[in-house]
Amino acid sequence: MNIKHKKFGRLFFILGAVLLAAPLVAQDTTTAAAVQTNADYIWTMTAAFLVFFMQAGFAMVETGFTRAKNTVNIIMKNLMDMSIGAIFYWAMGFALMFGVSRTGWFGTTGFFLSDFGGAGDHWTLAFWMFQVVFAATAATIVSGAMAERTKFVSYLIYSAVISAVIYPVFGSWAWGGLFNGGGWLENLGFIDFAGSTVVHSVGGWAALVGAITLGPRIGKYVKGQARAIPGHNIALGALGVFILWFGWYGFNAGSTTAANTDIALISVNTTLAAAAGALGAMLVAWFRFKKPDATLTLNGVLAGLVGITAGCANVHPGSAIIIGLLSGALVVASIVFVDQVLKIDDPVGAISVHGVGGAWGTLAAGLFNAGGTSLKIIGVQLLGIASAFLWVVITTTILFQVIKHTIGLRVTPEEERDGLDVGEHGLEAYPDFQLIQE
Amino acid sequence: MKKIEAIIKPFKLDEVREAVEAIGIHGMTVTEVKGFGRQRGQTELYRGSEYQIEFLPKIKIEIVTTETKYRKIVDTILDTASTDSVGDGKIFIFDVADALRIRTGESGEAAIE
Repeated sequence: MNIKHKKFGRLFFILGAVLLAAPLVAQDTTTAAAVQTNADYIWTMTAAFLVFFMQAGFAMVETGFTRAKNTVNIIMKNLMDMSIGAIFYWAMGFALMFGVSRTGWFGTTGFFLSDFGGAGDHWTLAFWMFQVVFAATAATIVSGAMAERTKFVSYLIYSAVISAVIYPVFGSWAWGGLFNGGGWLENLGFIDFAGSTVVHSVGGWAALVGAITLGPRIGKYVKGQARAIPGHNIALGALGVFILWFGWYGFNAGSTTAANTDIALISVNTTLAAAAGALGAMLVAWFRFKKPDATLTLNGVLAGLVGITAGCANVHPGSAIIIGLLSGALVVASIVFVDQVLKIDDPVGAISVHGVGGAWGTLAAGLFNAGGTSLKIIGVQLLGIASAFLWVVITTTILFQVIKHTIGLRVTPEEERDGLDVGEHGLEAYPDFQLIQE
Repeated sequence: MKKIEAIIKPFKLDEVREAVEAIGIHGMTVTEVKGFGRQRGQTELYRGSEYQIEFLPKIKIEIVTTETKYRKIVDTILDTASTDSVGDGKIFIFDVADALRIRTGESGEAAIE
């Protein structure tokens, strides 16, 4: 009997069974539910793996946009904020973010993944797996803004604290109800589907405080004028942006944490916003600087992605294009403003892409809400944006000041000039190349 | 003996090498160098900030040759390395006291022929 006949045979058997044996219908419903459960696990885990790959994207963007003499340091920071972050998020962060919350301000159960126990609900593990890569994303955003001058050990301490406390506490306000918790912000109706504020603004504002506390790199501002310090490998930077764009399908579409048809709209919106972000940034840069600047356009892609993250599930594709275009335009204006007016040295544009872009995306999710918008919705969105800013700026100011006045936040000027690769890690990234150092 | 030191535009290297080889020169030393002259540097743009490339990349060719041949080599380089524009480079000519071939210990013109 060939395969086709086998299939028909099975089909007739199933039809017969359904017609003749009514009790079996209940059993089919049970089977369908089990299939759906398995599909939910598969999609959520697949998406988590995509989000994990974004770590490679961040590492490549930051490496490409900085100088060759700090490559090993950037790689080590990206590797270790994921690694340290995962362990601290297991021990503490997940409980603060998703544990039972009586107050709406933070969770208090589930430390060390104790919710799972020995033979508990496997969904606890799946959900943790999906959330840990988000925590690591928020943590790693800061690395680029603090690049080329931060003491390695100080960065490790920062990684632990943001993953254990700063990110999870804010996360519990907006997302706690996705699991055992329940936060005050989500109870007001705050819309942040995949984390424009929860992940990106939190990382972006921490980057802002980190870059301010450190001060600019040597040679960045000469007589009050911003100088260009070109990145050493635009190809790596571009590869990083493509990897991030790819990973973002897991970030946004995976945030359904369910295998359902919503992922189609979310993926379309994600694609259109990223494309429009590139277009918006390129046009503004071209108009302003007479050239279609490559690294600003790459930042535009990321800004479009950050911008659609909050509203990816509740705006129309046409709106996604508008959100992306404005994200791209805004990020170029913001990068130039931060660099040349505020004189804050952010080598990769993390403050503008994630902080400013996240705030805009969160507002946009309210403005372009497919279910209609209102002053109340906008008000709650603004409240979420402001509370993230305040929480992160206050906590990271304390954190970075404590580090600065104890073990120190910045390397010595000599080490900075020679490069952190040799100073911090005793290794050059490109030993066989002759490099002209400034 | 004379040493010819020519600073040329990098993309002209292959052309110059072929031209001097065609007139019977079978050795040269080439170095990647940076410098500035009348061409000055060039302005580039990174993330909205203009910056100056003060030293432009050039190629330095060194050829050691005999009194009878050097003029022809210099003329060949002049012909092939020129683009009639600023930044084409320079040629310097030095007297050489002696030359030795390390493998055989030959000295003088025997070492460079």
